[in-house]
Amino acid sequence: MAVANPKELKSQNGNRTAERVIEVVEEARVLTGAQITCAALEAEGVTTAFGYPGGAVIPFYDAFPTANLHHILVRFEQWAAMAAAAYARVTGQVGVCIATSGPGATNLVTGLADAMLDSVPIVAITGQVIQPLIGRDAFQEVDIQGITLPVTKHNYAVQRIEDIAPTIKEAFHIARSGRPGPVLVDIPKNLFSERAAYSPVEFKGRRGYQPSLVPNMRQVRLAAEMINKAEKPLIMAGHGIMISGGEAEFHEFVEKTGMPVAFTLLGQGCFPESHPQALGLMGMHGHKHVNAALGECDLLVNIGARFDDRATGKIAGFAPKAKVVHVDIDPAEIGKNVRTDVPVVGDAREALKLMLEEVQPRQHSEWRGWIESQRNRVLEAALEDYPEWPEPYTIIKAIRKATNGEAIVTTDVGQHQMWTAQHYGFDYPNRWLTSGGLGTMGYGLPSAVGAKVGRPDLEVWTVVGDGGFQMSFNELATAAQEKLDINVAVINNGYLGMVRQWQDLFHSKNYSEVEILGPDFVKLAEAFGCTGIRVTKHEEIAPAIERARSINGPVVIDFVIEPEANVYPMVPPGASNSDMVHERFDQNEL
Amino acid sequence: MAAEKHILAVLVEDHPGVLNRVVSLMRRRSFNIDSITVGYSEQPGVSRITIVLRGEPYEVEQVSKQLYKLMEVLKVTDLPERESVVHELMMVKVATKGASRAEIMQIVDIYQAKIVDATPTTLMIQAAGGEEKINALLAMLRPFGIRELVRTGPVAMTRGASGTQIKSHAIAAD
Repeated sequence: MAVANPKELKSQNGNRTAERVIEVVEEARVLTGAQITCAALEAEGVTTAFGYPGGAVIPFYDAFPTANLHHILVRFEQWAAMAAAAYARVTGQVGVCIATSGPGATNLVTGLADAMLDSVPIVAITGQVIQPLIGRDAFQEVDIQGITLPVTKHNYAVQRIEDIAPTIKEAFHIARSGRPGPVLVDIPKNLFSERAAYSPVEFKGRRGYQPSLVPNMRQVRLAAEMINKAEKPLIMAGHGIMISGGEAEFHEFVEKTGMPVAFTLLGQGCFPESHPQALGLMGMHGHKHVNAALGECDLLVNIGARFDDRATGKIAGFAPKAKVVHVDIDPAEIGKNVRTDVPVVGDAREALKLMLEEVQPRQHSEWRGWIESQRNRVLEAALEDYPEWPEPYTIIKAIRKATNGEAIVTTDVGQHQMWTAQHYGFDYPNRWLTSGGLGTMGYGLPSAVGAKVGRPDLEVWTVVGDGGFQMSFNELATAAQEKLDINVAVINNGYLGMVRQWQDLFHSKNYSEVEILGPDFVKLAEAFGCTGIRVTKHEEIAPAIERARSINGPVVIDFVIEPEANVYPMVPPGASNSDMVHERFDQNEL
Repeated sequence: MAAEKHILAVLVEDHPGVLNRVVSLMRRRSFNIDSITVGYSEQPGVSRITIVLRGEPYEVEQVSKQLYKLMEVLKVTDLPERESVVHELMMVKVATKGASRAEIMQIVDIYQAKIVDATPTTLMIQAAGGEEKINALLAMLRPFGIRELVRTGPVAMTRGASGTQIKSHAIAAD
């Protein structure tokens, strides 16, 4: 049982005797499990939780009205996890989601997997059936600890009321430290109603968990030596730079070394894309000159990315002429996918600080000039030209222009996601949210909800397809209930566009089950108490965006685009990054 | 496949579900294991898991690094087989008829095994030792008729005064 420290209490309570204070305080601090859970969350600085009540958490929710927590009622638990993850990414704090046992808990699984692959710190609290019923296939009982084993950084099944507070303490520590990730805490219903003494706990550390933050100096020197010697070096900038809060150090590092920067999908925003050394997106839908640079570089410096297959393409053809330096906080990422010459295991920011001391100033003008010469001028010129109907890239660029690139932009998954990644031009860290590793359709709207709740001071846009939006548009109700000022740009082509594109390019145009009928998105928005705007012509794009920005509350713009627009360039699946296709092509040429 | 055999000694916190975490990790990452055993170690609250697997050195290193990501895993060591004692326990129930009984007892004697139970028609034999010895004994017993067989899978420990000689996969890859 936790005992209050009499010295502290005496100083807080003036002339009372220590003994009496303990008594009074202990009496006051006997709480229900539900109150302890809320107090433990508050002790972690939690102010906001995304959740959905149900049978096993009713006693937990009993404590909410008196707790200092803003609970956001989502419309589907999966979106609670996604919103919590988006909240975490824009605030830098741990996101919290709550669900009941059984279906509530299993609905979280996709969100946990998403956060796992994108290294986002969230803590999920799930209710479990009462302890006497565990293992008896009780109503709404699932083994959520077993189910979430491979999709969480760690998970817990709490057994005793006195374990609630220490478990939550440890869960938050694990979620946010080292390589961040999702942690689940499963609490049986009866513990929420039991009573026990509560006092805040300290994290005592854990023998088996000691993430290495500061890299080995010998490795840092080896890396710096290679950087100093390289004639055609290239940085692969990943999410880890922002997770470590190392954007400023990275900026300095980039400018000092003169190296050009290619971004992974989640790395975008860690360094201004408008900077002359920023090249843009790499990989499957990366720009031609970026992938050309990958093919030609003699040194690749990966900072905080995990060599995802969408970034690397065929491994055998990935940066074939390059030695590889890999900075990662997770030692298991070293050599997992790509052979590494110099591993630097540690926090990206710490590594950058140390490397900054060791690298020499360089310009690399010739090398950067060569990369510039590899730009696809034809495609870039075509992007300046627009047809009568709204072209996806013109919509993306118009949103950027209107918001001056300062808004938080989230996307769903598919063509619109790649158009946004290619053409938005991200200048600010942690304002670009997309489901990178898991590629979860439906992510767009709930992530916008989480982002707006976390950063009410920033304008929030989500770019979604008509397919993904139909998976999660129920969150318009959440946005309306919370009066969230978010703008939804639906890139509507009446198809599951990315699948259709693959069928077009790699399956002889066999459009199998990709035509998707949607509702009237304008009426749909209105039905939710939101505003709906339809855009069918190019000249309507900018006015619609301005109108959406002027309206306080959720707005849905239905951009009706050409049904068969494709995302180019593209590296065909299984091909090397150098084998990109730049426009509609004959399949036989592959 | 000529991939080399590795014996991993994994020290873990003795928590509920820890074996599940280890096995689940092996399955999820498609690491093939020959055998896995678990039991107490010299430290209270710490269990020792012995995993026998085959793979290239970089694959085994990846197994080790992934194991380290589990909160309960305290230490992973790749035991050098030649400098270690690698033993398993086998119990086998063999059918006996008349004259074969004496012959079986002779075999048991040669292999320094033990008869731990007997009935008019069977003998239960217990043998401990290296995999090759156990396999050889089993091959000798097979013609008599094996009724029942159980093997623990290997456990291993390095020779010498302390455990410090065991080669540890360093976390920091340097």
